[in-house]
Amino acid sequence: MTAPPLLEITDVRKSFGAIRALDGAKFELRPGEIHALAGENGAGKSTLMNIIDGILQPDAGEIRIDGRPVRIDSPATAQRLGIGFVHQEIALCAEIPVAENIFMARTAQSRRPFVDAAAMAAEARMVLAPLADIDPRLPAGRLSIGQQQLVEIARALTLDCRILILDEPTAALTEHEAGKLFAIMRDLARRGIGIIFISHRMVEIFGVCDRVTVMRDGRHILTSPTDAISPEGIVNAMVGRRIDSFFPPRMQGAAGPEILRVEGLSDRRFRDVSFALRAGEILGFGGLIGAGRSEIARGLTRLEGAARGRVWLEGREVVLRDYADSIARGIVYLSEDRKGDGVFLDLSIAANVSALNLRLVSGRLGLIDVQAEAAQAERIGRTLKLKAASMAQRVVALSGGNQQKVALARLLAVRPKVIFLDEPTRGVDVGAKAEIHAILRRLAEDGVGIVVISSELPELIGLCDRVLVVCEGRIAGELAGEALSEAAIMTLAAPGARAAAGAGR
Amino acid sequence: MTAGPQRPTLLSRLLGARETGLVLIILVLFVLMSFASPHFLTWSNMRAMTMAFSVEAIVVVGMTILLISGGIDLSVGSVTALSMVIAGLLFLSGVNPWLAALIAIAACAGIGAVIGFFVTVVGLHHFIVTLAAMVIARGLCLLGTGGRPLGLYDLPASVKWIGIGSLGPLPVAVAIFAVVVVVFDLLLRRATAFRLVYYTGSNPRAAAYAGIRTRRVVLMTTVLCSTLCGVAGIIYMARFGSAQPTFGVGMELNVIAAAVIGGASLSGGKGTILGAVLGAVLLSLVSSSLALLNVSVYWQDIIRGSILLAAVTFDHFLVSRQAAGGRG
Repeated sequence: MTAPPLLEITDVRKSFGAIRALDGAKFELRPGEIHALAGENGAGKSTLMNIIDGILQPDAGEIRIDGRPVRIDSPATAQRLGIGFVHQEIALCAEIPVAENIFMARTAQSRRPFVDAAAMAAEARMVLAPLADIDPRLPAGRLSIGQQQLVEIARALTLDCRILILDEPTAALTEHEAGKLFAIMRDLARRGIGIIFISHRMVEIFGVCDRVTVMRDGRHILTSPTDAISPEGIVNAMVGRRIDSFFPPRMQGAAGPEILRVEGLSDRRFRDVSFALRAGEILGFGGLIGAGRSEIARGLTRLEGAARGRVWLEGREVVLRDYADSIARGIVYLSEDRKGDGVFLDLSIAANVSALNLRLVSGRLGLIDVQAEAAQAERIGRTLKLKAASMAQRVVALSGGNQQKVALARLLAVRPKVIFLDEPTRGVDVGAKAEIHAILRRLAEDGVGIVVISSELPELIGLCDRVLVVCEGRIAGELAGEALSEAAIMTLAAPGARAAAGAGR
Repeated sequence: MTAGPQRPTLLSRLLGARETGLVLIILVLFVLMSFASPHFLTWSNMRAMTMAFSVEAIVVVGMTILLISGGIDLSVGSVTALSMVIAGLLFLSGVNPWLAALIAIAACAGIGAVIGFFVTVVGLHHFIVTLAAMVIARGLCLLGTGGRPLGLYDLPASVKWIGIGSLGPLPVAVAIFAVVVVVFDLLLRRATAFRLVYYTGSNPRAAAYAGIRTRRVVLMTTVLCSTLCGVAGIIYMARFGSAQPTFGVGMELNVIAAAVIGGASLSGGKGTILGAVLGAVLLSLVSSSLALLNVSVYWQDIIRGSILLAAVTFDHFLVSRQAAGGRG
């Protein structure tokens, strides 16, 4: 190759206090290639991308664009250099119309004194057309998470960028939406745009990307064409050790007695849901995002809505008044939105673990016994292999995987009989993911009823003994044993012809 | 946002649902009062009423823009008084009154810049910084005057004119207010620079990712609010013919209430000038109506507080209903 690479990063270093986030990172992007960037959480991917986008400044190292060294001191500079960045976390202005969100950067740079909202809406409609059917005049906050993600992508496409960074863009998308995104990515690549694609999903890395770079501990580990490496090779490079099996062994022998039975549970978002959960098994809820899986769990535990239906716990019928009642009976829910409502980020680990039932760590007079609180966190933390300096450490300082363990520990503190886990490994790196899976299996073996809601098909198939597929608020079918496959789940999950028309909405 | 899906853009909302509702309430009150009191629909009462609210409404404009950007200013009452005191002291020491007024307004802008420095550079919260500024500015007022009003008996008629004069049937103070409202309403609806104020207040991180210098935007809105307090202080001085160091105590609450009734949110990202001014009109109309009906001033506070609560409750249900429909 005679032409210099589009983007070349050599020996970039970045420290936050004592923590070395990047320690000699290296990356190269050619024009017209889709380049996957893989690595566990904390490997330095986000730091590296934030440096490319000018949000962070490197301590040392060189960035070249078209062979010329550049200094990117702000997102505005990055935009001028032709760098577009779709962040993993959605950053839209909820009150502002979609069209204005899309053209926000242009408005910020505009020399025209006034804004032409009508022209902007028309242009936004054109940009959005290949992605989804979204009314550009709606406030962004009214869209679903998936639609918001598509708006983020549309926004990056308008920037006329030559380098496009997509940080886990498919996390909130349906298969259908993701397919459209991949088509657009290939089209952009044909036009010479270089795309950096960050993803945890091997299927996407091998399906869409030309090359893959793996990072670990802030360092460059390998760069390889995707047709010259295997998924195992990537995972081993990511974790730096061999992971022989991703998932713990399944349930041994037959399931135990019935722990939970639900009949005819209905609410606005789901209808006539009936299922039973036995001791020792892990039950999965599969289906598309928005199918109503989380709503069923939250409705059953009385976190939201006013679900009707009958519930039996260990053979006795129970009527749950509210979530506090549900916790007292032993049915708990782990939120999919860990940072939003899973943990108190600013509080200590100990205070988080004791949050569901303070009486367990309180003495007489209702005063909290700080030592008992720390001991409780210590005890549960040990069983979960929680890595923290001390139980007084604030949760915000922990990695995603350890934060999730804290969220799980606070549920275990009340000795639950049934746990609903909503996307328990989302945003968690490969190593911690395997650990969480092993913990869930151990809990099931100890007789705790486990229900896992997951959008990752391999997780459902690898972890669960039985999977209920939810489609449009109803249970579309049950899969177990040999019948449990990705294709079978997707077939049941697809709403069929009726919803195909509404799939873009 | 008060507009339904059929009217979602910022532009098409010249009279959104909220503004229309406020206009209707104001009209109903107006009609009721003209029957209830013979003194209500008189020229002198109308003039007194518009005079009473128009100057404070200039501050409401500044506060609304600041609220949209995600800030808040508790020091508006003290800074307005300080503007009066600075201009009064300068005038008494022989400075040309117009120059004195300009210096006072510039000083208020300076206070805004200091507040903005602590918020954007140091990184403190608006609430705390302006709470400190409120107390400090009030202290400066009392220090400069010894706690007594400054009589400005020699203020030239040309200066007094902006406070008590008329342009035909229109009081000059009201005319100034009208110009401020129209200009800033237009800018906020249409101008590129002011659009960034909405972005910054709605989601500072999103704005920063779009290359917007959010700290600069917040600094600008903070300075603007304090500057408009300075302008209001000069008009008050011209009207009273004196500088009153204790003027404007509790003004911040009135001003914030007006903006919130008019649709602004304390969490930023929304609000309109027209709505806020209608909020100010409503509060002022209620006050003067209750006074005309000889209702105790103590009741007035209770009723005004209830109106604020009603407006915010209404808003809350509107927003939660929309959210219930929108979340996937």
